[in-house]
Amino acid sequence: MVERIVVLGGGTGGTLAANRLRRVLDDRVQIVVVDQDDSHVYQPGLLFVPFGLARLDEIIRPRQRQLRRGIDYRQAAIERVDLETERVWLGDGTALEYDVLVVATGSTLVAEETEGLLGPGWLEKVFTFYTPEGAAGLHDAFTWFDGGRLVVNVVDMPIKCPVAPLEFCFLADWYFQELGIRDRVGITYVTPLDGAFTKPVASATLAGLLEEKGVELVTEFNTGEVDGPGGRLVSYDGREVGFDLAVVVPLHSGAAYVGRSPGLGDELNFVPTDEHTLQSKARQNVFVIGDAANLPVSKAGSVTHFEGEILVENIRRFLSGKPLDGSYDGHANCFIESGFHKALLIDFNYETEPLPGHFPTSVGLPLLKESRLNHLGKLMFQSFYWHRLLPGRDIPGVGSAMPDRGKHREPSRS
Amino acid sequence: MPTATYAGKNVAVNDEGFFENPDEWTEEMAPEIARASGIDELTEQHWRVLKFMRTEYAEKGTGPTVRVLGKTSGVSVKELYELFPKGPAKTAAKIAGIPKPRGCI
Repeated sequence: MVERIVVLGGGTGGTLAANRLRRVLDDRVQIVVVDQDDSHVYQPGLLFVPFGLARLDEIIRPRQRQLRRGIDYRQAAIERVDLETERVWLGDGTALEYDVLVVATGSTLVAEETEGLLGPGWLEKVFTFYTPEGAAGLHDAFTWFDGGRLVVNVVDMPIKCPVAPLEFCFLADWYFQELGIRDRVGITYVTPLDGAFTKPVASATLAGLLEEKGVELVTEFNTGEVDGPGGRLVSYDGREVGFDLAVVVPLHSGAAYVGRSPGLGDELNFVPTDEHTLQSKARQNVFVIGDAANLPVSKAGSVTHFEGEILVENIRRFLSGKPLDGSYDGHANCFIESGFHKALLIDFNYETEPLPGHFPTSVGLPLLKESRLNHLGKLMFQSFYWHRLLPGRDIPGVGSAMPDRGKHREPSRS
Repeated sequence: MPTATYAGKNVAVNDEGFFENPDEWTEEMAPEIARASGIDELTEQHWRVLKFMRTEYAEKGTGPTVRVLGKTSGVSVKELYELFPKGPAKTAAKIAGIPKPRGCI
């Protein structure tokens, strides 16, 4: 009997999961990937577009071309999942039955949930770099912006790539120095967190870096309203931060169809998922990869990559009636661009916060410290993304579990 | 481990004053914790949020964030800030005797 795995989403998680599954399962298992469009965006590249360091046509490729032979691709909107009858209803009114469902539809920006964000001033003096249009719009805005207050604001967590807004500040500092107008540009980072980042040791390092680069830090600011014409952010507790140009990271939710699928998601449309096996809490034959899950991990491509191996092993075990492997440890690994051809690297998991040291061993890349080597690593990663990560291949020397060798357990604050 | 005394009973709290053991909390303690957090009187709306926090914690093992509270408690985020001006998720968690919400990563 032919069994069918339906993968919802043809982004990072859906693509690498489908490719890995196709490699390990024989052709008695059919694999179908569903997505609503055919544009696969290399999302880490969006950060560079405003500064002219990348162009949209360099970071967007067709989705279907990233899938191995033997995987069916269905371009359609997803209406809802019916967990009872094990069917996915598509926008064209047809249904796909599944034996196993993989939810890989990531997160969606819900800018409309913040008062005024999409109002007057949007894409004129209020932007985001989290969408291709927004990143391109900012690139244009930087051609006329010749001084004033640039505010970078995270409305609330969770967001994709929590370090990206910090990287934006660092790159902006560099960009305006190169233009020779840094003394006329004020840069302010406005966050709902009580520090620069969520984890204490990294937060201290990154706050130090912001200060070094002359970026003002405003913490515990819960944006209630964006007033474009008045040029101000207003917090729920009545504080204000003025701007001439605002770069806002909007609220994130899971995909809208999750909310239309009874029993599948939580209040924010993320899918409750077992932290170690990646099986959904809703049904045994529903698995989740990447940003779509409600796991206490960063929403990041590296997390999705590290999940891939365990997800595929568990689907294979599920299909053959074996107990699942609970070995996903929350491993995340992120480069943080800091400008001037340098970057930091952080590596962490559920238990271990980002610490200094080296990765993956004591002779590897420096952790939590600016270096040129890390910047080269970040640049190289784009090629890794298309040629190793999406095809579902491992990266030599970098396993799924977080390496402990090379980490300094008693962080020095030098 | 620090302790605090509410309604005549000693309870274990963390450095920031959040309960270590939510089972030690009773409704009688809430007005005292509220006053210490700058809220002089707990209204019916306050209680609605506090009870919601307790239920969510019992079900999910962590208190909700402000955004989830605004979506699910029946009280809008704006009103939540009027009720708990220093930050609804944290203040309500403290008064409701549950640990600090884990928030996000």
